[in-house]
Amino acid sequence: MTSTTRLDPLIEYLLRFGDTALVLGQQLGAWTGHAPILEEDLALTNVALDLVGEARAWLSHAGEREGLERDEDALAFSRGDREFHNVLLVERPNGNFADTLGRQFLFDAWHVLALEQLSASSDGRIAALARKVRKEAAYHARRSADWVVRLGDGTETSKARMQAALAALWPYVGELFEGDDVDAEMVARGIGFDPAALREPWSRGVGAVLAEATLVQPSEGWMQRGGKRGLHSEHLGYLLAEMQSVRRSVPGDLW
Amino acid sequence: MPKNARAVRDWPLWEIFIRSDHGLAHKHVGSLHAADATMALQNARDVYTRRNEGTSIWVVRAADITASVPAERGAFFDPAEDKVYRHPTFFTVPEGVKHL
Amino acid sequence: MYTQMVDVEAAGAASDEQRRFDEKLDRGVTIEPKDWMPEAYRKTLVRQISQHAHSEIVGMLPEGNWITRAPSLERKLILLAKVQDEAGHGLYLYSAAETLGVARDELTEALLSGRAKYSSIFNYPTLTWADVGAIGWLVDGAAIINQIPLTRCSYGPYARAMTRICKEESFHQRQGFDVMVKLCAGTAPQKAMAQDALDRWWWPAVMMFGPPDSASPNSEQSMHWKIKLFSNDELRQRFIDQTAPQADALGLVIPDCELRWNEARGHYDFGAVDWDEFYRVVRGDGPCNRDRLRARVDAWEEGAWVREAALAHAEKRTRRA
Repeated sequence: MTSTTRLDPLIEYLLRFGDTALVLGQQLGAWTGHAPILEEDLALTNVALDLVGEARAWLSHAGEREGLERDEDALAFSRGDREFHNVLLVERPNGNFADTLGRQFLFDAWHVLALEQLSASSDGRIAALARKVRKEAAYHARRSADWVVRLGDGTETSKARMQAALAALWPYVGELFEGDDVDAEMVARGIGFDPAALREPWSRGVGAVLAEATLVQPSEGWMQRGGKRGLHSEHLGYLLAEMQSVRRSVPGDLW
Repeated sequence: MPKNARAVRDWPLWEIFIRSDHGLAHKHVGSLHAADATMALQNARDVYTRRNEGTSIWVVRAADITASVPAERGAFFDPAEDKVYRHPTFFTVPEGVKHL
Repeated sequence: MYTQMVDVEAAGAASDEQRRFDEKLDRGVTIEPKDWMPEAYRKTLVRQISQHAHSEIVGMLPEGNWITRAPSLERKLILLAKVQDEAGHGLYLYSAAETLGVARDELTEALLSGRAKYSSIFNYPTLTWADVGAIGWLVDGAAIINQIPLTRCSYGPYARAMTRICKEESFHQRQGFDVMVKLCAGTAPQKAMAQDALDRWWWPAVMMFGPPDSASPNSEQSMHWKIKLFSNDELRQRFIDQTAPQADALGLVIPDCELRWNEARGHYDFGAVDWDEFYRVVRGDGPCNRDRLRARVDAWEEGAWVREAALAHAEKRTRRA
């Protein structure tokens, strides 16, 4: 299947959430064993565990609804980057600790709002799933906001790094709030939400944290887009090549 | 031990107490390092409740704990040994009486 | 600091204190942080506990190497959880060592400068996914055999840390064995991968118990102190006796042509261990010693500004309050 064959909108919608969680979980997993302090190895890994767990739930549900016998692993390990539907923000590289926590903060603030919306979905399975992961997401959001404040209002060095991280990440937040035909159809069917509606509460929450962190919100400029419909940055190809390497090089159904 | 440039100041040590689901008192489970109390609570959640061990966490800066001195153990603990009535097994329960 | 106090006391009251200490050991009463203890006992414990902690921390690297490549999402979760547990174990152990009057950053510094040792096994590379299985099965299997007796060791904080660790370790060994089970029941390349991993990890795992008793000078003192409860050779034999039938069950061949059941002894006989290799790896010339240390130094140095920022922020908050 290529990106030119449009998926059923519901399947694509589910893949967007699954792929977004998976790509971010995959990135955080690379920190395990390399964090600034032992306690942070444990904490970052917890977030990675939650996100990969969430990805499994969305992907296996997408596979079920699709009915083409693609399970969570078939979807995670056998699709190419043009078939991934994650938002661009989560495929930004890990960089330094400020880059990783900045990315996490901007994502978490959106994630909590998105899951709140999905908790009210007319689709019972989707609503139940969103309710289940909402609590974890709320904890992530508290933790990453806390780090943004610590680094922003820490030392000169940490402030400069956090400010630089925000500047580099900012062009990728626009996509979080941009709706397309898939979103529109999900809204029409009562399954999904209008991404634009999250913009205001997100800005309010993020703005408050940045103010406490004595950081300046980057100015609005051109916003990158494309991830949701399978048009990615160069980073995703490498991320997937690594993630899928064992399954693509050794024949085997069971691992 | 001399510290070189690599060993920047470590975060302070905190002692962690967790109350599990079973209505028991908070129990000391171990320690960890954190920059402040907020972070100590978050780290305690991530370090010591990975297997759903707790429902409530207390964190105390290790430096703020005053401990009894072993040499004084006799004077400190012996009086309580006289108060055997504080221990439930001191009382004999008449036969047939339950739920005590 | 406490260490200096001990030195002062040791001069005058040693015999009395020593008698009470020995009596506690005999009666199986645990020694607690503020109790009097011989300085040599304290030093040996700091060395042993911190080496163990360092092993957990360095041990995160070979397996962590496969987190991003785990071949299913469930395996990725299990491996993340496992490596995370190792961070936790390192943390519990550093905490236990800290009760003996050393700060964690001093111990970290000893590791990063190359002065402190850690388990030699982590200086071997993880080359395929099957290595994750082999490490769980063999290395964690060996670790459990080493560690279960330590839950009854004489130093209270160490014994308590080990109790917590052992509970979590059995999950590690099982997940590793389960990886091997799946590979051995899979395609020919999967099974070949499992055998290759066993071939490479078997002898380093056998070496994990340390040099033979005849060449282990400190053992007797440590056994008297009850911070070592069985000899290296006893534990090694136990590991081999336990693991050989597991290899049979997997349909894998242990790379030791002298390995066979000895009915009379009630144990497996096994071939000679290459102790030259062991000492070479311990001294720093294993395949990955430099890479492992580099990775830890990088993490610590690149994290310095983060740790410093968190402290600076905490101080600002305190000042404002």
